[in-house]
Amino acid sequence: MKIAQKTIKFLTITAIALFTTASFAVNSDQKHDTENDGGRVNTKNEVDAYILHHIKDSHDFSLWSYTNDAGERKHVGFPLPIIIWTTEGLVTFMSSEFHHNDDGHVIVEKKGLKFAKIHSKIYELDQEATTVSFDADHHATNAHKVLDFSITKSVFGIILIGLLLLFWFSRLAKQYKTKQVPTGFARVLEPLVLYVRDEIARPNIGDKHYRRFTGYLLTVFFFIWVLNLAGLTPLGFNVTGQLAVTACLAIFTLIIYSASGTKGYWMHMLWMPGVPILIRPILAIIELAGALIIKPFSLLVRLFANISAGHIVVMSLIAIMFTLKESLGVVGATGLSFVLSFFILLIEVLVAFLQAYIFTMLSALFIGMAVDDHAEAH
Amino acid sequence: METLLNDFSPGLFAVSTILLLALIALMVKFAWKPILNSLEERESGIENALAAAENARKEMQNLQADNQRLIKEARAERDALMKEARDISNNIISEAKEGAKEVTAVLIEKAQASIIQEKQAALAEIKKNVAELSIGIAETVIRKELSNKEDQLKLVEEILKDVTLN
Amino acid sequence: MYNMIGAGLIVIGAGIGLGQIGGKAMEGIARQPEATGKIQTAMIIIAALLEGLAFGALFLGK
Repeated sequence: MKIAQKTIKFLTITAIALFTTASFAVNSDQKHDTENDGGRVNTKNEVDAYILHHIKDSHDFSLWSYTNDAGERKHVGFPLPIIIWTTEGLVTFMSSEFHHNDDGHVIVEKKGLKFAKIHSKIYELDQEATTVSFDADHHATNAHKVLDFSITKSVFGIILIGLLLLFWFSRLAKQYKTKQVPTGFARVLEPLVLYVRDEIARPNIGDKHYRRFTGYLLTVFFFIWVLNLAGLTPLGFNVTGQLAVTACLAIFTLIIYSASGTKGYWMHMLWMPGVPILIRPILAIIELAGALIIKPFSLLVRLFANISAGHIVVMSLIAIMFTLKESLGVVGATGLSFVLSFFILLIEVLVAFLQAYIFTMLSALFIGMAVDDHAEAH
Repeated sequence: METLLNDFSPGLFAVSTILLLALIALMVKFAWKPILNSLEERESGIENALAAAENARKEMQNLQADNQRLIKEARAERDALMKEARDISNNIISEAKEGAKEVTAVLIEKAQASIIQEKQAALAEIKKNVAELSIGIAETVIRKELSNKEDQLKLVEEILKDVTLN
Repeated sequence: MYNMIGAGLIVIGAGIGLGQIGGKAMEGIARQPEATGKIQTAMIIIAALLEGLAFGALFLGK
């Protein structure tokens, strides 16, 4: 039985791997490449552009690319569906139709509308335009952005990691039905759950209320942590480095602590007792701004900036391999790049945990402030 | 700020909101609730077991203290009993001694009294014997006297020779 | 240009702040090793708040 399961697992993985490389992916788009060397990343400017491109969300899942003997640029990976809300309603097509072009040269026509992809954003061209024209700052002049509900790489990552988390933790939950102490991988997860509950939720929210919020805090903690770690793998997810995702998380926290705030909490914020009446409105404005804007803003920006910065640094250090090839030689540049990026990656593993910890910790702290019965404290 | 806003994708925001809401709901329902419940159950089980062990330990201590107390009491009782027995035996001995003394004293007195009595009886008999003897002598003497004076004397001497004063 | 000077100033300020937090936390831990856990938690929270402020300023200026 066990052997059969393992065999099935192995076959599934192999099938997925073959499917990915063979059938989905290898798209050639040599005719759209403007550069002579087929989109290789060599110079400093190209490295910068590549890093900035990586930091952004992407509409296809590409693992690597290479130039074949015929001079064609091949991309290994698979395209993801594009779902956009346009002036004509919902439009869907596969991202492979853009042929990995990211500067607006490839125009896709659907439902009589023309679309172009510029810096990982889908633009809808104006009715009469046939090509995208740019102004001096490289902003499109005859196209506008559309609402993009695509299954982008980030969305794909969220779904993947979400399913992974569900699988892990529902298995841990199932194990408790039959035994007292979990075995296998679930044994690693149990102390983590206990850590979040006993070190983050309970001390910050208080023994009386912590149970209501532990589910949210646990989900957020593991979601951020696993996605941070996934971002360090060569899969190249940058989900927690997407402003939209961190904003979403921060707004969840904001809603939770605002909705569960006690009367005392709002009293202290809006009409602080024991303070001269004239100062009270000023204090109320400051407090309101702090609670509704600064707190969630610092949450979302911290996570976004830390993870983005981490990705930029790691990729820049890997790029030393190419940028310093002239001055240090191939071996020197490669060695230097390996050593530096290795240590930075180690630090990034720590940062991945630390950012998840801080986000959860601060969320717990804010919730704790809101539910604390401090009406008569002052 | 402008670049930030430019990077911000409302579509991704909407999609991730929906996905995250679903994830949180599913995780709470299928993972966190059962996990936290069973963790709490286990913890309370451990706490109960610890409390039970503590109680058992205290009971043991109480039992031991009881045992100690019982042993002490028994020992004290035994000591008291021994002491009493010793006292009693001492008393008995001393009483017996005294009784014996009294008895001997009485016996001695009795013996002395009987000795005196015997002595007096003996003296009285001697006196009687002497008197009889003297009367016998006198009779004989008186019988012979009339015949001869010398013979009389001789006779007295002979009689006197026979007489042994006892 | 001015943006960059501003960013430099922000980083200097944040660096001084982080140094203060870290240094004082170390002193506290050295003085009371038994309170290490509590001091670390407080240190991370304050550092995170400072970081949030610094990032906020950086991005507002960008």
